Amino acid sequence: MDAFTTHTGTAAPLRRSNVDTDQIIPAEYLKRITRTGFEDGLFVAWRTNEPEFVLNQPQYAGASILVAGPDFGTGSSREHAVWALLDGGFRVVISSRFGDIFRNNSTKAGLLTVLLSQEEVELLWKELEADPDLEVTVDLEAGEVRYGARVVGFQVDGYTRWRLLEGLDDVGLTERHLEDVTAFEERRPAWLPRSQPASA
Amino acid sequence: MGQTLAQKVYEQHVVRRTEGEPDLLYIDLHLVHEVTSPQAFDGLRVAGRTVRRPDLTMATEDHNVPTLDILSPIADPVSRAQVDALRRNAAEFGIRLAPMGDRDQGIVHVIGPQLGLTQPGMTIVCGDSHTSTHGAFGALAFGIGTSEVEHVLATQTLPQYPVKQMSVTVDGELPPGVSAKDVILAVIAQIGTGGGQGHVLEYRGSTIEALSMEARMTICNMSIEAGARAGLIAPDQTTFDFLAGRPHAPQGADWDAAVAHWSTLHTDPDAVFDREVHIDAASLSPYVTWGTNPGQGLPIGASVPDPAAIVDEGDRRAAESALAYMGLTAGTPLREIDVDTVFLGSCTNGRIEDLRVAAALLKGRKVDAHTRMLVVPGSVAVKLQAEEEGLDRVFLDAGAEWRGAGCSMCLGMNPDQLKPGERSASTSNRNFQGRQGKGGRTHLVSPAVAAATALTGKLTAPADLETAGV
Repeated sequence: MDAFTTHTGTAAPLRRSNVDTDQIIPAEYLKRITRTGFEDGLFVAWRTNEPEFVLNQPQYAGASILVAGPDFGTGSSREHAVWALLDGGFRVVISSRFGDIFRNNSTKAGLLTVLLSQEEVELLWKELEADPDLEVTVDLEAGEVRYGARVVGFQVDGYTRWRLLEGLDDVGLTERHLEDVTAFEERRPAWLPRSQPASA
Repeated sequence: MGQTLAQKVYEQHVVRRTEGEPDLLYIDLHLVHEVTSPQAFDGLRVAGRTVRRPDLTMATEDHNVPTLDILSPIADPVSRAQVDALRRNAAEFGIRLAPMGDRDQGIVHVIGPQLGLTQPGMTIVCGDSHTSTHGAFGALAFGIGTSEVEHVLATQTLPQYPVKQMSVTVDGELPPGVSAKDVILAVIAQIGTGGGQGHVLEYRGSTIEALSMEARMTICNMSIEAGARAGLIAPDQTTFDFLAGRPHAPQGADWDAAVAHWSTLHTDPDAVFDREVHIDAASLSPYVTWGTNPGQGLPIGASVPDPAAIVDEGDRRAAESALAYMGLTAGTPLREIDVDTVFLGSCTNGRIEDLRVAAALLKGRKVDAHTRMLVVPGSVAVKLQAEEEGLDRVFLDAGAEWRGAGCSMCLGMNPDQLKPGERSASTSNRNFQGRQGKGGRTHLVSPAVAAATALTGKLTAPADLETAGV
């Protein structure tokens, strides 16, 4: 995963709540067995059917920060939603509430999800609608979103922050503790099920 | 202070706990399907890793599988390639696979319980948000993304933080024609799609205790639709009776040891929940959704809501956009909405009890001439059981289609899809835009409402059938 320290770019105001992962990328794009190349599925229904959709507006075409309404990334666990956003050029999503699994997936793939209050999201929407070229900086090291003269703090737990800043993947970190895993396995009750056919 | 059921199961699986780091949680069962696993297996190969515990891993084919002509190769080459990838990966990494045509094949959340692999007190994960289904057994079960699938394959663990606890207490007797699906749709309508965010839900109360395992699975299945990662129910005699004799359930002295442990799995009287929600079962009626998220549901006797009457700006916008997508007008009685297709199936409502409820209503009647009804059992075992009971004849005689097992029209990754503008009454779990096919419109309903709707061609409660004269 690519490390994330700080990112500066333009941002798109997505004034919608409950953007589920089916909208971020529909199921038909999930048949692929690759991990990249999902940009063609990103918000495809809205990009195709709704001329007023924010990413269809040329002034927001180059945005790398998405500022969304509450409950962004609800629904399906598909990590493809995170991959599609990254493939579509986004490095940060800002919202006042995220779907748990989506947020968790984002931390595994290097997409920064920033939790701000809905008031801050509304304020940012207004600024972005007034000035689509507004530069927004998301600084993970300082835990700040900055634009114009405004500085807004945000929280990320220390461990996730460290992993994102270093670009570390979890499997390698867990492998340092495999002796603990082995010790735990020795304590597990013998009657717990195993997946082999019962007759085998 | 006492512990909740979810806290007990969580604590019993902590492998390692260190200040400033997430807990490392042991995973007792990892279920795998073809859609969210290929990139995880690729990751293992690139890093030269193996699957740590293939014996705690079980794979099946469900999302892409056609429900017609199931013994021929899959016609869609992209779907076929994904299923083939799972077959290669399962063979290479030594994982048991129930492929199409196998008697154990089916939706991943239907086969786990049916095989007895799902047991109380376990931690269960799958690259699928409806893994919460297994919580019906008192297991801590949740959906994960593909990076986490790779992590569990490699280490049989997951880094996790404890989550908040919410109780959903449902007391009283359900009125006739009201089912577990109506309970969970009512819960989601009450707390919203973000209401459970950051929480695990424990369903409790006399109504829940009186439910069968199938019904409990329906409720836990849709916990994710309330934003919760997991939902669970304390195991009891109903749970033990369901498990006894299943292929992977413990036997003999092991059974006694297991039941002794399972009997400790309940929330302590002095445990504290972060949030408590109460529902009066007697006040419920059949629920249907009118919008494009599962929280946009109402009792079937209501009318399509008027967005102008919604105070919150975000909710108003969401309602406006939902009505535009759904092609509905505010004020229309829900009972007057015509549907083209009825889908009975999915990990929410594709189990034998769901088919029995629908068949009882369809017996001796005919599906409306302008309505198509698709019946898709959740697994091959459910299909065979239904055929043994003669339910397939009931469906076919009524004019419904009797299909092979899989996820099918719940998300239309196989050929079972709505056409643009088509409207369904569906026993599945998500009414998201385009979920059942591009431009398709979905109303979530219970199996009983699905069957009644198939008979009239309009959203219909089972109790309406007498007056409708069908």
